[in-house]
Amino acid sequence: MTKRIVVLGGGTGGTLAANRLRRLLGRDAAEITVVDPDDEHVYQPGLLFVPFGKAGAGSLIRARHRQFRPGVTFRRAAVDRIDLDKNEVVLAGGTPVGYDVLVVATGARLVPEETEGLTGPGWMEKVFTFYTLDGAVALERALSQFTGGRIAVAVLDMPIKCPVAPLEFCFLADAYFRDRGIRDKVDLTYVTPLDGAFTKAVCNRELSGLLADKGVSLVTEFNTGEVDGAGGRLVSYDGRAVGFDLAVVIPLHSGQDYVSRSPGLGDELGFVPADQRTLQSKARPNVFVIGDAADIPTSKAGSVAHFAGEIVARNITRYLAGEPLDAVFDGHTNCFIETGSRKALLIDFNYDTEPLTGHFPGRFGLPLLRQSRLNHLGKLAFRWLYWHVLLPGREIPAVHSRMPAAGKHLPSR
Amino acid sequence: MPTVTYAGTQVAVNDEGFFTDPEQWREEMAPLLARQEGIADLSERHWQVIKFMRHEYETKGTGPTVRVLGKTSGVSVKELYQLFPKGPAKTAAKIAGIPKPRGCI
Repeated sequence: MTKRIVVLGGGTGGTLAANRLRRLLGRDAAEITVVDPDDEHVYQPGLLFVPFGKAGAGSLIRARHRQFRPGVTFRRAAVDRIDLDKNEVVLAGGTPVGYDVLVVATGARLVPEETEGLTGPGWMEKVFTFYTLDGAVALERALSQFTGGRIAVAVLDMPIKCPVAPLEFCFLADAYFRDRGIRDKVDLTYVTPLDGAFTKAVCNRELSGLLADKGVSLVTEFNTGEVDGAGGRLVSYDGRAVGFDLAVVIPLHSGQDYVSRSPGLGDELGFVPADQRTLQSKARPNVFVIGDAADIPTSKAGSVAHFAGEIVARNITRYLAGEPLDAVFDGHTNCFIETGSRKALLIDFNYDTEPLTGHFPGRFGLPLLRQSRLNHLGKLAFRWLYWHVLLPGREIPAVHSRMPAAGKHLPSR
Repeated sequence: MPTVTYAGTQVAVNDEGFFTDPEQWREEMAPLLARQEGIADLSERHWQVIKFMRHEYETKGTGPTVRVLGKTSGVSVKELYQLFPKGPAKTAAKIAGIPKPRGCI
C-alpha cells in the first residue's frame, strides 16, 4: 500500500529530506508532499554578505518548487496545527492532510518582539538584523551611509541559527570599513550572553584572538533585557549598558507557532525534541525532525541538516519497513567562517569532538581553524553545491554524514 | 574532585562549585549555598525557582536556561535577575544542587 509522507517546510532540511526519500522509495511505495506557506527558498548563508554589498538580495532566492525531484508534490499552505493522535496535519483554513510519516523541517523563526524595545523606535533605522532578507538589505543601506561611530553587534540569547555568523559579521565589518578608509572612525563591539566568543574551548581561543587582532571589543555574559533604540543603548538584565550609534542584533529564536498549537509536539520554545542519534521525535514514532526545528544538542546550521538528511531518510524507510532505526547521527557540523580580506576558517565538529586544528576531510584537505584563501574559495563554491548537490540529495564526494577523525589533531588521552 | 561539607554532609562539587551528584543535595544546604552566592536570605520566590530547577532537572536531565525559566517558572526574567543578580540560571542551579545548565552551542 502506498504510504503518505508529509514534509513540513521546504527549506534546506525539508527539501533535501524529501529528495532523498524520493530516491529511496518507489512511487508506489510512497507519495511525498512538501508543505510550505511560500515559494521562496532563500540561500541563508548568503545573507551575511548582503550588508557589505557582496551579494544581491535577488541572487539568493530561488523558487522552492523547482528544487524538488519529480514525484515530490509541493503544496503551498500554512499549517495551523498537528493532530498527533489522528496522524493529521491541519492546514490554515481547516483542511486536514493525513500522513503515515511526518517530517518536521520548519526551522527556527525570529521573534524580535520578545525583547523589550527591539521593535520599537529605531528598529530598521539604527537597529538592524541581517538574519532576514529585508533586514540585510536595510542594513546595507545604513552601512553605506555610516561615516563613523559605535557599532554594537549583539547576540541576545542562544539558540540562534549559525552561531558563528555574528562573529563573521564583525570580521567582515572590520574589512569593509578598512576598505572604505574609515576603520579608525568606527568602534566595533561584539556583545554576547556567553562567557566567551564561542562555546568550545579551542575554537573560542582562536576566535577571541581574531576579534582582538581586528580591534573588536568583546563584552561577555551580557544578557540583553532591553534595546533602547532612541537612546542608543543595549541594557542587560543586570543593569549594564552598551552604547551604540548603530546596532546589529540577532533576535531571539523560536520554533514555529503551529508547534506550540500542537499539544505534545514541542518544548517551551516551540522546538521539537528528538532522539539525537535517530532523529525520531520524542512525541511519536512516526514523526521525524530535521534541521533547526529540532531540539537536539547541535548548532542550528544548514550543515547539520545536510548531514542528518541521509540518516533521517534511511530511518524513515526503516520505520516504514518495520525495521529498527539506525542510531548513527553524530551531530556532525561543518562551518566556513569568513574572516575578511578573502580568507576564511573552517571548523568541523560533532557531539563529542570539539572543533580542532588539522585538515578536512582528511590529511590533504582544507586547513581547519586556520585562515586561508582556500577556505574562502570553499565557502563561495559551497553556494553552487547547495543548489546542485545538497538540496537534490546527492552526495558531496569525500564528505560524509559521519565526522571524519583523520586529518584532525586529536588531543592525546 | 573537590569535596565540600554542607549541613554536616560531605558533597562532591566541580571546579566551579556545582554539585556533581544532585542526589547529595538537601533543602537545608540551600541557605548556605545561597550565602556563598551573595544572597543573604532565601525568599518564597527564590524557593519557587529553586524547586522548579530541581523539578526540571529531574524530568529533563538538564536545568533550564533563563529564557525558558522566564516562560515556565512563573517568575519573569526581570524578577529572576532581581532574585539572582549574578545570573539566574547559573546561580539557581548552584543553589539547587544541579549541574550548570547545558550551554547552547
